[in-house]
Amino acid sequence: MRARPDLIEHLPRLRRYARALTGEAARADDLVQDTLERALAKLDLWQPGTDLRAWLFTLMHNLFLNQIRAHRPPDSALDEALDIPVSGGQMEALGARDIHAALARLPEPQREVMLLVGLEQFSYDEAARILGVPLGTVMSRLSRARERMRQMLAGEPVVQLKVVK
Amino acid sequence: MTDRVNEDDLHAFVDGSLSDARRLEVEAWLAAHPADAGRVQAWASQNQSLHAAFDSVLNEPLPIHLVRAARRQPARTPYKAIAAALAFVASGLVGYGIGLVSDRSAVNPPLASTQPFVRDAAIAHAVFSPEVRHPVEVEAAHAEHLVSWLSKRVGTELKAPDFAVLGFDLLGGRLLTGESGPVAQFMYQDGIGRRVTLYVRRAAAGKAAENHETSFRHVTENGVEVFYWIDRDFGYALSGQIAPADIRKLAGAAYTQLVGHAGGG
Repeated sequence: MRARPDLIEHLPRLRRYARALTGEAARADDLVQDTLERALAKLDLWQPGTDLRAWLFTLMHNLFLNQIRAHRPPDSALDEALDIPVSGGQMEALGARDIHAALARLPEPQREVMLLVGLEQFSYDEAARILGVPLGTVMSRLSRARERMRQMLAGEPVVQLKVVK
Repeated sequence: MTDRVNEDDLHAFVDGSLSDARRLEVEAWLAAHPADAGRVQAWASQNQSLHAAFDSVLNEPLPIHLVRAARRQPARTPYKAIAAALAFVASGLVGYGIGLVSDRSAVNPPLASTQPFVRDAAIAHAVFSPEVRHPVEVEAAHAEHLVSWLSKRVGTELKAPDFAVLGFDLLGGRLLTGESGPVAQFMYQDGIGRRVTLYVRRAAAGKAAENHETSFRHVTENGVEVFYWIDRDFGYALSGQIAPADIRKLAGAAYTQLVGHAGGG
């Protein structure tokens, strides 16, 4: 007999992440609901003793990825290739507090890392596992996200980033 | 003497994931490199802005459809046999109450015979009564505001029953979303921290006429005692994890104080 974990205690944080990720309350709760349904369907695949919260976030990430893939032309990749500087028209200065607008302008892969680390406080390793990417990718996305956001919030034009290594 | 600090170190500094020794080295680096210090400061304030913008979601009432979704039995066939074998146990914060959606209905009255709002009431009790920091949205200190706010949202003049003689004081209340619209939850606590919740919901328009019963009913599910009754178009459910005799007394007091009150009786 295996104890069935309770998903309720994870709901508030799943909702917070989904809200920040999608920027819309209704769409966020739909994503949470899809995540719960998938979690219950796959619960026997979850390893007891491992972090249930991280597992739920992994499911949510996969669902989110499917959603944005479905709404995007097949030839446009989701990876860093999309990370081209935004055009001038989109780069009017944002108010320093306009975190919502700044988040919405981040490419999704960067937004996810930004939120998993900065809001949900997962470690870099956990974020890498949730997203299914190498640690180095998490670090480079985090770096791009934070720099891009810093420039948006400061109203600076986005320039090619130099990486201090 | 500072090792060269790289970009990853600066992020790890912001995210608090450096060892103490490395953190001191990075601090020394930042003191000598104002441009990096400026970026680090900007990143830290981004984290703060994220929390400021989204932490309020943590305290929002959980939509009842999500609470239900989180507690639904997995029904897909490949997992059905396994699911049926899964034991429901009290786990962490809110382990109880789930019996209402579990296969425990074999020993208890089947769900179909229980008013749906009673199940929602027990779930809402299970979700919010263990909360330490935010058990209620509006505290009892603002009782007048609480009652008038909930009354306005639920659509009738509500009253929070007084259980002081039975040792329970009003802790506060919150607004929830039920299937038929807004629902009020009042929470009470006694001297040793036991909590009971009173859930008040108005029937959906058109359903009220069916609900003339005012009899007192009792269900027990995984340790949550629920006494409920229907008064015209209002359903009341008192839930708690205390002895049935105690909660019956509380329910009796609530019934006496409330019957004929809601809806302008």
